[in-house]
Amino acid sequence: MKLYCLSGHPTLPCNVLKFKSTTIMLDCGLDTTSVLNFLPLPLVHSPRLSKLPGWVSKDGTINLEKAREAVCNVLRLLGVYFNLLQELLDLSTIDVILISNYHCMMALPYITEHTGFTGTVYATEPTLQIGRLLMEELVNFMERVPKAQSATSWKNKEIQRMLPGPLKDAVDVWMWKRCYSMQEVNSALSKVQLVGYSQKVELFGAVQVSPLSSGYSLGSSNWIIQSHHEKVSYVSGSSLLTTHPQPMDQSSLKNSDVLILTGLTQMPTANPDGMLGEFCSNLAMTIRAGGNVLVPCYSSGVIYDLLECLYQFIESANLGTTPFYFISPIANSSLEFSQIFAEWLCHNKQTKVYLPEPPFPHAELIQTNKLKHYPSIHGDFSSEFRQPCVVFTGHPSLRFGDVVHFMELWGKSSLNTIIFTEPDFSYLDALAPYQPLAMKCVYCPIDTRLNFHQVSKLLKEVQPLHVVCPEQYTQPPLTQSHRSDLMLELQPPPMPYRRCSVLNLPFRRRYERIYILPELANSLVPSEIKPGVSVATVSALLHSKDNKHTLQSVPKPPPMPPSKKRKRVIEEPPVALAPKPMLSGAVALEAFLATLQKHGITEVKVEETADGHILHLQAEDTLIQLEEDGTHIVCDSEPLRTTLRDLVLRFLQKL
Amino acid sequence: MPEIKVTPLGAGQDVGRSCILVSIGGKNIMLDCGMHMGYNDDRRFPDFSYITQNGRLTDFLDCLIISHFHLDHCGALPYMSEMVGYDGPIYMTHPTKAICPILLEDFRKITVDKKGETNFFTSQMIKDCMKKVIPLNLHQTVQVDDELEIKAYYAGHVLGAAMVHIKVGSESVVYTGDYNMTPDRHLGAAWIDKCRPDILISESTYATTIRDSKRCRERDFLKKVHESIERGGKVLIPVFALGRAQELCILLETFWERMNLKAPIYFSTGLTEKANHYYKLFITWTNQKIRKTFVQRNMFEFKHIKAFDRSYADNPGPMVVFATPGMLHAGQSLQIFKKWAGNEKNMVIMPGYCVQGTIGHKILNGQRKLEMEGRATLDVKLQVEYMSFSAHADAKGIMQLIRMAEPRNMLLVHGEAVKMEFLKGKIEQEFSIDCYMPANGETTTVTTNPSVPVDISLNLLKREMALGGPLPDPKKPRTMHGTLIMKENVSFMLVSSEQALKELGLNEHQLRFTCHVQLQDPHSDADTLHRIYTHLKSVLKGYTIQHLPDGTVIVESIVIKVSSSAEDSNTKVLLLSWSYQVKTWTLFLEGLPMQSKPGSSPNHLVIESLF
Repeated sequence: MKLYCLSGHPTLPCNVLKFKSTTIMLDCGLDTTSVLNFLPLPLVHSPRLSKLPGWVSKDGTINLEKAREAVCNVLRLLGVYFNLLQELLDLSTIDVILISNYHCMMALPYITEHTGFTGTVYATEPTLQIGRLLMEELVNFMERVPKAQSATSWKNKEIQRMLPGPLKDAVDVWMWKRCYSMQEVNSALSKVQLVGYSQKVELFGAVQVSPLSSGYSLGSSNWIIQSHHEKVSYVSGSSLLTTHPQPMDQSSLKNSDVLILTGLTQMPTANPDGMLGEFCSNLAMTIRAGGNVLVPCYSSGVIYDLLECLYQFIESANLGTTPFYFISPIANSSLEFSQIFAEWLCHNKQTKVYLPEPPFPHAELIQTNKLKHYPSIHGDFSSEFRQPCVVFTGHPSLRFGDVVHFMELWGKSSLNTIIFTEPDFSYLDALAPYQPLAMKCVYCPIDTRLNFHQVSKLLKEVQPLHVVCPEQYTQPPLTQSHRSDLMLELQPPPMPYRRCSVLNLPFRRRYERIYILPELANSLVPSEIKPGVSVATVSALLHSKDNKHTLQSVPKPPPMPPSKKRKRVIEEPPVALAPKPMLSGAVALEAFLATLQKHGITEVKVEETADGHILHLQAEDTLIQLEEDGTHIVCDSEPLRTTLRDLVLRFLQKL
Repeated sequence: MPEIKVTPLGAGQDVGRSCILVSIGGKNIMLDCGMHMGYNDDRRFPDFSYITQNGRLTDFLDCLIISHFHLDHCGALPYMSEMVGYDGPIYMTHPTKAICPILLEDFRKITVDKKGETNFFTSQMIKDCMKKVIPLNLHQTVQVDDELEIKAYYAGHVLGAAMVHIKVGSESVVYTGDYNMTPDRHLGAAWIDKCRPDILISESTYATTIRDSKRCRERDFLKKVHESIERGGKVLIPVFALGRAQELCILLETFWERMNLKAPIYFSTGLTEKANHYYKLFITWTNQKIRKTFVQRNMFEFKHIKAFDRSYADNPGPMVVFATPGMLHAGQSLQIFKKWAGNEKNMVIMPGYCVQGTIGHKILNGQRKLEMEGRATLDVKLQVEYMSFSAHADAKGIMQLIRMAEPRNMLLVHGEAVKMEFLKGKIEQEFSIDCYMPANGETTTVTTNPSVPVDISLNLLKREMALGGPLPDPKKPRTMHGTLIMKENVSFMLVSSEQALKELGLNEHQLRFTCHVQLQDPHSDADTLHRIYTHLKSVLKGYTIQHLPDGTVIVESIVIKVSSSAEDSNTKVLLLSWSYQVKTWTLFLEGLPMQSKPGSSPNHLVIESLF
């Protein structure tokens, strides 16, 4: 059993598990942090950005295209590590892909469309629907800006070598891929098979996979991958906090042989509740002072909780008249979809649906016109937009999407505030191309995933035999090297992996499930060996089909035709001649003598030896050697030998 | 032999009061707990005294599963759980859990407030009963206890309707509830995987019907409504608040839009808006088209259909009114019917099945004079139309489901005996499986023959698989031998004999035999032994045959030595020693270089007797 680790990013994992002749990919996250190395992609012409010079090498011999064109290119990146991985593993051999949540499936089209993939993708319905929206948004962000000519010359190894870091150090840039198209997204998602929590899905009869609620986002799941005797748990992006999704199913993770642990919080020191409080107070302060608030965020996920929090906060903070805008090509869809997944929500929200009321209060915010959503800054928004206001929009990297426009618009005024809530990008790096910036910056990263304290408690409870995790979790963060509480300390220590690792999972498979057909089962003759333990010898036909094994009775050989072709018959292999069983136990002397007597053998001379006795059957000229662990019959007469054999066997257990 | 027992307390050769008991693998499960629309006395509810004469049902049932929210499937629920007494788990899907209490409350109001019955369940009882409900998600495997697991499948029929797969060990039963095999305007088609249950318990409402295409029926319906409106008539469509109502609303809404019609469409009772709200929130349970477009256009937001007020019934001019309940047995639909029955311009369209005893059933059978309460009679002059819009599978659909699930036995409920008989014949003929149709209180017993799951040691399995050659040929089964260890009748392990000894901590007992055989051979001792050796080698291919320098030949555990007789050097004494388990005996004996006619030589006899 092997684990191929295709991604080193702990929260955007991509691993491949080979388990009992199946090849299972666990998640395929898309690491987009490299967009931070490039200039933003503005929606409307930005004089400032367009006046920036291109990059010129120190000696002036190389003059690169303007970097702003390069962002387009970088987003074409995104498949980075998959190419790399083809060296580790032929991706076309992947049988299934299991998706744990909608953030961890963004690279799906790269795998399903360009590697010869012919398998099935498994995901829950909310994961599929919201994942589709997020991909659609990404494609939309990329396609609606006029395509600059693609900047590729920097990818030349000679030139790349001279570029400033971190571009200089980026690996395999020539394999970075362009962003996928909507057509590829649709084709990729058509391969998704929907599953429900605790649904048992059989893979080729060999392995059973089952998603469990992970409590992190709508439809987010951990996975159990098991056969009858082995169990692997895949924990990815789980949360124990009470937010909108169904609570995490912890007990089903018990008794795992291996637990693969990914997607812990990226902000182990930030308390989500505290951050939420800070978010609200900063927002209120800015609005009261007449400024605008910009919240760069993903279009699904924490935004639902932010809106719910604001719903309760608006009245008390006197923000009843402040407009809230949610701008994204998928804003409407995201808000609508969130209301229809009652089955996947926490208990409180389910109860509301029974009334029937929409589970999320943002429905009411929309109804009362407090929250408005627009597909983009163009169109209705530009005419309806009032300030001061609060704007939720993407992308959180500040490199593309409508957020770029608001940065240009509001960046110069110190009245305005940008509040970062997503933990995926370093906010300082995200802001870099907008410097100098007058606008206030508040960093309130909200990451509800498990922290180290919660995860050690969880592991204590579910007690896996082995834990596999990204190497980042086995040491404190670089910036806080003294914080030994910010790492996993387990006994036995976890098996760390990094990008391109191939781990041999510590499994000793010893048993396999087999089914004894009723006819055979009825014909078995069990005998009790010790109290409560019986044995029966089995001779049967083994059928193996679709990884399922069954045993059935050996059919009686057809009555031998009374022909002379005896030779022919003998050439057939000796079918179904059951071997004699192994024997155990010992033959007790006195009892054996009594038995002999019963069978008319009376003249027995017993001689004691070092290891037992020798019985001399004088009339029959036969010797029987009785020892603790063996019996030896020396006898030339066949009928007598058979009789003696059967008498001896009476005393022994057959296995 | 393990058995599965099925006893309908209701819906056995009948429609209404669905309640079926299943005993499987030592577990007792109740499927549905409905009321009968045709009765107002004790027969309204299933006879729970069948289960126990006194006391609560909790001790006798492991769980109760409700397939969907129609009252003939859940109407007796509060009576059963709160008045008879049941505290065990009750399973139903989320939409059913949401909608069921509303219909129960409605039912209670009509019975208690309007008909003045006492000793009926109360609102509080409905609430208490719903607290015992555990919601089911589609395809989720729910472990009721360690052995009993259930799984819900999509059934179409109404919002949230489910079929349920019940499994204990390797025995299983599927109960369909009511289902529909063709997608309609708002719901998808029922689907189940090839789960090969021991029994498939299916509804059979339309056991003898093969319905024409849905499109034709819809066109007919619209034509009739349209004609009636054109001549200024009023159209009454009795429906249940949820289910067909939404289907027909969508149909009329799109038709009104297309034809630009102005006549008002009303939907009676306050339930409407609420009902449509459920459809919006549970949109994932509707059909693909609605789910796909719901963000842009929610099909359950109707422009032409407005809430009905009692006073509108006397308004002049044409109108269409959807009114509850669907079988004209009580409530608003009945009131409007009484008002409009006298005018032949008007029309009533019955879009679904009507239970015997209801006014709906009577007028569909052509009765034109109805006896009402207080000895008044009502002349029915308006047009009566029947259009089967109820979302039940027809005969074709039932056969289709059988093909999907591949059951070993079939059991029909929720239908009329005569029709069942017909379908039973068809099923037995086409699938050659047994088909049962027990009446209420009658038990059907089906013997199952489950395989026994056993854990086989991988070493043993691999050894046996390897014997079959490098590429296992599935057509050529291999024989395998092993020892089955059974501990406390709970753990079954199949291992090799050697491993069995080790597992059980036992010592092996060696049983050996030795004998002497005389034969005539003029060669020297060593030559005789060598002849035997070479001959064995040529015959026993694939066996290791050793010729040791100390003058022994060894094959497996057989040891052969040769010595000359003291009296006669031509007479050789063959010393043979072998263990009990020796495998090669047959071949070994075939291989011995004895030349003699069968049965004539004493030597050969001796040798042969070694078998």
